[in-house]
Amino acid sequence: MQREVKFAGFGGQGILSAGKFLAEAGIEEGKEVAWVPSYGPEMRGGTAYCTVVLADHPIGSPIVNAPMDLVAMNRPSLEKFEDTIKPGGFILVNSSLIPDRVKRTDVTEILIPCNKEANDLGNRKGANMVALGAYVACSGVIKLETVLSIVRTEFQRKPQFIEANNALIKRGAELALQALEAVL
Amino acid sequence: MAKKLMKGNEAIGEAAIRAGALHYFAYPITPQTEVAEYLARRMPEVGGVFLQAESELGASNMLFGAAASGKRAFTSSSSPGISLMSEAISYITCAELPTVLINVCRAGPGLGGILPSQGDYLQSTRGGGHGDYHLLVLAPATVQETVEHIMMAFDLADKYRNPVMIFADGLIGQMMEPVDFDAVPVSKPMDHSSWAATGAKGRDPHIVKTLYLNPIDNEKHNIHLAEKYERMQVEARHEIYGGLGKPELIITAFGTSARVAKTAIDQLNEEGVDVALFRPITIYPFPFKALAELAKKKHVKTLLSVEMNSGQMIEDVRLATQSKKPIHFFGRQGGIVPSPEEVVEAVKKLL
Repeated sequence: MQREVKFAGFGGQGILSAGKFLAEAGIEEGKEVAWVPSYGPEMRGGTAYCTVVLADHPIGSPIVNAPMDLVAMNRPSLEKFEDTIKPGGFILVNSSLIPDRVKRTDVTEILIPCNKEANDLGNRKGANMVALGAYVACSGVIKLETVLSIVRTEFQRKPQFIEANNALIKRGAELALQALEAVL
Repeated sequence: MAKKLMKGNEAIGEAAIRAGALHYFAYPITPQTEVAEYLARRMPEVGGVFLQAESELGASNMLFGAAASGKRAFTSSSSPGISLMSEAISYITCAELPTVLINVCRAGPGLGGILPSQGDYLQSTRGGGHGDYHLLVLAPATVQETVEHIMMAFDLADKYRNPVMIFADGLIGQMMEPVDFDAVPVSKPMDHSSWAATGAKGRDPHIVKTLYLNPIDNEKHNIHLAEKYERMQVEARHEIYGGLGKPELIITAFGTSARVAKTAIDQLNEEGVDVALFRPITIYPFPFKALAELAKKKHVKTLLSVEMNSGQMIEDVRLATQSKKPIHFFGRQGGIVPSPEEVVEAVKKLL
């Protein structure tokens, strides 16, 4: 088994940390993981993205030109990466910031208004965690509980953030499952 | 300790600390600046020193000085920075000082770009600076292996009293992977009191020098160094990966390109194409004998060197095989990592 997901958005949207939480959760479940950031010139002002590879065998090439899934947090990311996703994968679209729909018919589109949901939960900067929860729930690549436990470990020293973040993740998961049910 | 998710650059810093290297001199350059960032925070916690120099020239000469005192010291940089350090590296090698340098290679020549490359293969394996010398060069392919290599590097540097280089690249430096420090034997600093310049109070002075104006003495020193590089050949390490028993084609690749080749080989082997990987783990000394043995087998028809440069390692592949089998090349440059699909295609064109 190997599955890759690209998280993409603006710098400052918490793209890299969403990917990091997923990678940490992968390790927790005994998987091989690689987290590869973009550090090229496109980081300045354009899209920021990272790819997380999860596998049950040692990972060969950590750079994957055609990942299985995409989490698009802004419009340029969807435009840039929609065509690269493997057939059968998920494209999670942050519909708060992206008015477009996925054009392809061989992937599953999941629309989640990540910013709106984060705002509703009183956490303006938490759209990335909504997206993370949504991605984990629809892909089933790791258990939701593992991600929640990673949040508890990561914020050990700032316990006030644990519940807030986990509420965002759970909300994303809930919406993704609803969206998935509607599609299937 | 459980596996920890770490950036290659941070793991480099942590591994060096665990090897007891508490003297780090550096000047920032992408894509390895996180080594310095990490050590700026960590060194004070363990009673070590991180000194940010005014330039790579400064950093490398501070390294020269610290190594002359027999202490475990190291530096890290990326390609253009390593070029600037080349003068000091030549001096350190002449003075026979154990030390470790990490090159998180980026695309050149010139200022080049900040993305991963293996364009410094010839620079690092042939010396890089002036005079007859070699570094022992280890080329890890994963973050975990980078940690292992740093431990080995300090031991090998002590053993041969010679600088050891870790040849990483921008991908290894920037990527996060799980690291298990407990799985790596910890390297312990060696006693260098017989030669180190530590203050001559109560004993005869120790002299650490690089100037031999008398040609007879200089030749003698050069012969001594050459003998040392000859002895170092036993440190050559390699890995053979994949294949279905009688590979027709051998891919030669190191570091990141070897990882890409592994993915390509998995796919090809699955399709029934018998291809295997020969990965030099030390690029100096190059595992000549092992590659020669493999390449001379009857079933091996051809070799394909996969690199992130214009084909620099082909020189060594040619030396190993005495050009008895055709050697082809596939590579990407400028900071582009080849894709497994491209490697598969390159192999299929040859078979």
